[in-house]
Formats: sequence, C-alpha cells, structure tokens
Amino acid sequence: MRDALDALERELVGLAPVKTRVREIAALLLVEKLRRQVGLQAETPPLHMSFTGNPGTGKTTVAMKMASILHGLGYVRKGHLVAVTRDDLVGQYIGHTAPKTKEVLKRAMGGVLFIDEAYYLYRPENERDYGQEAIEILLQVMENQRDDLVVIFAGYRDRMERFFGSNPGMASRVAHHIDFPDYDEAELFEIATRMLERMHYALDADAAQALREYIALRRQQPRFANARSVRNALDRGRLRQAKRLFERRGEPLTAADLTAIRAEDIRASRVFRGGAGETH
Amino acid sequence: MRLTQGTFSYLPDLSDAQIRAQVEYCLQQGWAVSLEYTDDPHPRNTYWEMYGNPMFDLKDAAGLMAELDACRKTFPGHYIKLNAFDSTQGWESLRLSFLVQRPRTETGFGLTRAEREGRRIAYTTHAYATDRAEGERY
Repeated sequence: MRDALDALERELVGLAPVKTRVREIAALLLVEKLRRQVGLQAETPPLHMSFTGNPGTGKTTVAMKMASILHGLGYVRKGHLVAVTRDDLVGQYIGHTAPKTKEVLKRAMGGVLFIDEAYYLYRPENERDYGQEAIEILLQVMENQRDDLVVIFAGYRDRMERFFGSNPGMASRVAHHIDFPDYDEAELFEIATRMLERMHYALDADAAQALREYIALRRQQPRFANARSVRNALDRGRLRQAKRLFERRGEPLTAADLTAIRAEDIRASRVFRGGAGETH
Repeated sequence: MRLTQGTFSYLPDLSDAQIRAQVEYCLQQGWAVSLEYTDDPHPRNTYWEMYGNPMFDLKDAAGLMAELDACRKTFPGHYIKLNAFDSTQGWESLRLSFLVQRPRTETGFGLTRAEREGRRIAYTTHAYATDRAEGERY
C-alpha cells in the first residue's frame, strides 16, 4: 500500500489536491481496517468514487493506482482495473443491456470498475434509452456486493454534477469525490520530459525552449487535453524526427542522432503557424 | 439414487465456500469457467444447456458465484454443473467439471432388457425422470 502511495507521489506530476485526497482515503481505510481488527465496526466503508476533471488530467492513471492501493489494504481481492464506457454497458435493443452490464460487472468483480464519461449512461432527452437499465443494475451491485467491487465514475466536472443531480440514488452511494485540476505550463513540460525519458529521447536546450513555447500556445487553443495533447505532440515530433533522419540517407547515424529531438521537429507544428494542434 | 458425475463425484456435495475455492483455483490456472444445467441425468447425455457464456475474462470467483446464484434461482430443481476449460494449446478441453446442484429427489435409473434374435439380450439404462416432459421432471 505504501509502495502504491509512493508511486503515486513519485510518478505523477502536480495534482496536489488529488494526492492529498487519495492519502486521506487511504488513511481512512487503514484506520477502518485497524478498527475492525479490534472489533469496533464490521461494515465495509463506502468506497465508490467519482473522479472529475478535464481530459488528460490523469483520471485513469490515478484509478489504476487506487486499485492497487485498495488491493494492498485488502478492500478488493484482485486489484485489477476494468475501464469501460457507455458502449460496454448499454445494449442496442430491448433485453440486450442487462446481460451486457452483468458481463462487465462479472469481469470487474474483485477489482475496480472504471466508468469513463459516466454521464452518457443517463440520457434524459430519450425516455426509452436503455442507459437507465444499466444504472439500475449498477446501483444494485454497488449496494449489495460492496465487498466484491469498487466503482469509479469519471468525466467532466459540470456534466458529472448534472448526472449525479438527476440520479440521487447514485449520488448517495458515491462516497468520495475527487476533482482533478488542469496542469500548468511547468507541470506539462515536466510531464513531457518524463514521457521522453521513458521513450529514450532527449531534448537539447533549443528543443526544450521550443517545447515550452509549444505548450504555452497549445494551451490557449480549443480541444486542449492536458497530458494527452502533450503526448500527441511528442508523437508527432518523433514522426518528424524520423522523417528528418530518413531524408539524410547515406550519412551514418549515431545513437545520439537517434535519440535527439531538435527544435525544428517541434517548431514544424501547425500550432506555431496559428493552426490547431490536433485534427480530431 | 445419487448421481455421481465428474470430479469429486464420490465426495459429498461441495459447500459454496468450497465451490468458490475451486473456482479461485481454476482462475489461477487461467481456465475459463462456465455453468451448464439439465434435467436429463443420463450419464451419456453430453448435451447440457449452457447458462450464459463461458466467463473467459473473469478475475475473481465472485462473478461466477453471482451467476450460480442466478442459475439456481432460475432452475431450482435441475442439475447444474461447473466446467473449467483450459484453452492452452494441446489441452483445449475441460480440466475440471463437477455438479454444484442436484434435484432434491433423484429418481434414478431403470435397466431395460431388449430381447434379440437367438435369445440374446441387450441392456440399456433409462432415466425415470425422462418419462415426463422436459421442464416437468423434477
């Protein structure tokens, strides 16, 4: 458990409020466990959570860490994470939803069920939507099989609030709400350097400066997805680096050439020419 | 007459805790567990009905136990067996299979004699339960 908490601290940049909340929850669970050992209280504390925040702020990553923390404390037996969206839970025709949802729940037993963009489950504009059926099955399992699985709902903050507002049964069963703040520029740069390290690439001073400028510009643009946008930018940088090396055919390549990402690889991005960084 | 079939057939029926422990073992070995039911107890009846799909992605026995509870509720008087399938190349077959529910009264089998040419006699076993229509047997 301590390992998982340390890993959370070490491997994730920023996210101070999230780390504090996770520590608090871990402390609560540990104390609960000790209390149970001396016979004070036998009921499992409610563990279902909701992670809210913009895309790319690390919700899935923290959920995975949370699964291993809960496993370390013995609140889930296996500690695996099953990540699903509406499509995995809700069927397309009558009678299709319940087996689908139950299938997913069975797979998640003993671990953590992570429902991304959970608000799509509830579509008030269509009264015949099958999402409501999935919600009811979920609620039943969340209540009756608390020892078997923990459910984490994730999504944008305002939409999640509306989702919980229109499903009071759900809101009252979710004990912990954790809000993920956006990263600032320094944190995004730190994330980028760590990603590059993991992929065995290196930035020289010029390239680092270019990346800083890129992040500052990209943040102002629409559809900015925090760490995910940074990773996409790095992937495109790698693409350009590969092209640059390929076009130098004939010259010998050194290991340094293969690892170096230069300023030109980053500055070739459309973001510097006033275009959108990503087309999706 | 008590039906004996599959693994553990000469042991008393397994309790739920014991079933759960067996399932945990199967999952540790990477086998896929599934449930089947029937009301035709003849030993050569290999065509049991599947209850749901085989659970290939299961990580914990709780998923199977929930399914077993549902199956017992739907078919309170049927035989239910649990199968564990090993998909490893070379095995690709059931590694473990045992009964997890049986009807309260098991009617047993009768021996039928058929007289053939030259005073020869052919024998066949016949489950009394199958005298009645499917669904009305137990």
